Amino acid sequence: MHRDHELHTRRRGRNMGLLAVLLGFIVLMFGLTIVKIQTAGFSQAFDHVARPEITPVDPAVPAPALPPPAVPEAGE
Amino acid sequence: MTDLTLHAAPERPATGEAGLGDYWQLLKPRLMSLSVFTALVGLLVAPGGVHPFIGATSILWIALGAGASGALNMWFDADIDRVMKRTRNRPIPSGRVAPSDALAMGLFLAVVSVTMLGLTANWVAAGWLGFTIFFYAVIYSMWLKRTTSWNTVIGGLAGAFPPMIGWAAVTGGTPVEAWLMVALIFMWTPPHFWALALFVKLDYHAARIPMLTVTHGRPETRRQAFLWSLGLAAVSLATALSSIGGPLTLAVAVVLNGLFLKGAWDMWRRTDRDSEADGHAAEKGLFKWSLVYLFAHFAVFVAEAALGGHGGW
Repeated sequence: MHRDHELHTRRRGRNMGLLAVLLGFIVLMFGLTIVKIQTAGFSQAFDHVARPEITPVDPAVPAPALPPPAVPEAGE
Repeated sequence: MTDLTLHAAPERPATGEAGLGDYWQLLKPRLMSLSVFTALVGLLVAPGGVHPFIGATSILWIALGAGASGALNMWFDADIDRVMKRTRNRPIPSGRVAPSDALAMGLFLAVVSVTMLGLTANWVAAGWLGFTIFFYAVIYSMWLKRTTSWNTVIGGLAGAFPPMIGWAAVTGGTPVEAWLMVALIFMWTPPHFWALALFVKLDYHAARIPMLTVTHGRPETRRQAFLWSLGLAAVSLATALSSIGGPLTLAVAVVLNGLFLKGAWDMWRRTDRDSEADGHAAEKGLFKWSLVYLFAHFAVFVAEAALGGHGGW
């Protein structure tokens, strides 16, 4: 009949703990994947710090005019 | 090592083998719990909100980062931990965990926690977490702790960052409110640890750690603790008047700081003889009150946010 080596017996608790940590990590990664697909992008919100990418756009204010495209001079 | 040599190896006693609990102790769970709590408060009071799963996992990575700092600190401090009664049973000085294992674990967890926080929340929060780990492990543990009595003051900054990291995990920024929470813990740390140092003086002497009690004497430590308590009260009132505060925070802050100042004053106005006579009652009292103070102050930020949304005023 097979008997576990003393080393395996001694480290059983540690190995089971590591297994639990790895399984937990897999569950976390799965959950994060689902949530990231739903929410898309990194977390950010307005907290008084000027960040153009999250500054609310006022539809009443016209967008700034773009500069006219450069026209190549004759002979170029 | 092959299986054959493994099996041929002489039987070793079960004692001395590192268990899961020893690795857990390497993470300094008490310190980690403080980081988790303050980071959670930062995350909850930040405007905008975040998906609960993102929030929970962000806190987990911050906790892991704090644990990494703890493991790196224990690896570096093993020599002085062997000297102090309070720390000589830690996993490395007691021989249960090899120093190289602790170093590997600390570095691995540092990389994992910062990377995962960046991928989970944003890279602003991750950057601050990485800086915090660096600050605690290198600036505090390797440099300040053994060289200057400013160790408690400047090193305390590492423990002050978690609420700002929690805030940054939500908003991606670190505005004045987040820095006020950092300042609150920063000002709180010196009187908290000096009160402790006043009743565990023998340990710090034996380990030759230049605590203020050793370098400038105990009366000066008492005076400094009171002066820093005044600064703490000022920062506390500033947080109460900021957008994370409100009337409730102001009322609680007045009570908390009043009692803190009273404790610090009592500790300052007595001599070592008084202290020895009553078993360091005032020092232990201030130390315990400082723990209540920090918990209550951060809890009231959450209560204020829950009651009045962002900005109780």
